[in-house]
Amino acid sequence: MTSAPNAQRASVSLRNVTVELDGHMALNDVTFDVDAGTLMGVVGPNGAGKSTLFNAIAGLLPVRQGEVTLHRVDQGGGALAYVPQRESVNWRFPVTVTDVVMMGRRCRLKWFQRPGKRDRELVKACICRVGLWDLRAALMTELSGGQRQRVFVARALAQEASVLLLDEAFSGVDVGAQEGLVEVLQSLRDEGCIVMLATHDVTNLAGRFDEVLCLNCEVCACGPPDLVFTSQVMEKLYGAHGLRLNVDG
Amino acid sequence: MIDFLVAPLEYGFMVRALIGSILVGVMCPLVGAYVVTRNLAFIGDALAHAVLPGMVLGFIVGINPAIAAIPTGVAVAVLVRTVSRRAGLSTDTSIGILFAAMFALGLVMLASATTIRVNMEDLLLGKVLAISPTDIYVSLGITVVVILGLFTLHHWLMFASFDPVGSQVVGSRSNFVDYVFLVMLALVIVIGIQAAGIVLVMAMLVTPAAAAYLLVRRFVSMMLLAAALGTASAVTGLYVSYHFNVPAAPAMTLVASGIFAVVALFRRRALA
Repeated sequence: MTSAPNAQRASVSLRNVTVELDGHMALNDVTFDVDAGTLMGVVGPNGAGKSTLFNAIAGLLPVRQGEVTLHRVDQGGGALAYVPQRESVNWRFPVTVTDVVMMGRRCRLKWFQRPGKRDRELVKACICRVGLWDLRAALMTELSGGQRQRVFVARALAQEASVLLLDEAFSGVDVGAQEGLVEVLQSLRDEGCIVMLATHDVTNLAGRFDEVLCLNCEVCACGPPDLVFTSQVMEKLYGAHGLRLNVDG
Repeated sequence: MIDFLVAPLEYGFMVRALIGSILVGVMCPLVGAYVVTRNLAFIGDALAHAVLPGMVLGFIVGINPAIAAIPTGVAVAVLVRTVSRRAGLSTDTSIGILFAAMFALGLVMLASATTIRVNMEDLLLGKVLAISPTDIYVSLGITVVVILGLFTLHHWLMFASFDPVGSQVVGSRSNFVDYVFLVMLALVIVIGIQAAGIVLVMAMLVTPAAAAYLLVRRFVSMMLLAAALGTASAVTGLYVSYHFNVPAAPAMTLVASGIFAVVALFRRRALA
């Protein structure tokens, strides 16, 4: 089965990262580290900068100040995989589950190289691992929200990524399917991958993630879920309403 | 029936028109499959209008207008993407600005050039019966280049079309792929304009591909079916034009639109 080639050594480190979007400060002085084998939830209200953070880590947005370092992550080889928000994907484009997972192999192939036998076998193994082999010929539009997310995770597996960023992966996914997705992500974590999942929903977080980064344009707290969700942090995230939220699930 | 099909081919201009129609019928829908699924119909229309200055320049300096249109189309295709990226404008806005400016430039050049006599209607509505041997060679050259491009970049094009952000993360190639796609679009529009004209080339680009989208599940099947429907529309339109003495480009457009209407009535996929 596939596992990230650099996973045991990889880490993500941000130091005093500031990002500006359209003249306003989207991220301000963000500093944290994530080590290999960590499943991290990134939580915060809408507009807190979660997607901006992922875009900065992925190199899609320029950093105004500070530094994003992917230690021992082979960026050029596609070791960082990104599962975008649902709205960013062109669902009108007719592709099957197998087509999407095969996309993960593109960065491992030369420019004009066609996928070979090893690529096809790896794609099959990745689809089986997320439990979607019976749906391998289904169109993406025919899948539920949870199944779609699992296809993207299978694509990251096929990519042999050591860092996986999932933006609003629980959006439109029912609680049962969320649990199935978390199980797959936890197995990736156990192999040494760094998995970061952004969500605006702070319920049901305990037990799912090793660490939680609370973000509201700046880092409000970062650490194990049972330590970070204090009333002060919740108030920083959601104002007075945050004090009434139950985060224990 | 045989006479209906063979008799027109006794004329050299009809043989050239048939070859030109087949090339348009295959190439425009092949690229059009991406245009339909990526919502790029507006850029297709814009590129068709934006090559006008190149064609007029071709008439002025005495070179084949199709050849002169190629650099113009490619330049506009690259400019659209560059302007939208650099200026932070939406692609639609960049297209609107460049398309109107280039078309206006073409009209001014046409009005100012007193040494040439060009029928504006031929440019707008196409002149498939007047396709020259040079036009055919240009179209064949473009066909080879675009098919090679589509074949070699197929997987990257699919990746960038389905998940633009994800493809950008795994490699800087996705930007390059988008540029190459726009250049290929500009090239097939140059082929299409010869048969269908600036205004109606959109019909060959979009309509067969839209019909195919409603009929099949896989993207590759959609491309191949679109090419088949496009060829059928172009060739049928050409024969209708010859036998019933109607303009060829509108006849091709009406056949393609008729096929789409029938397919839409019995569609498998719901219109998104």
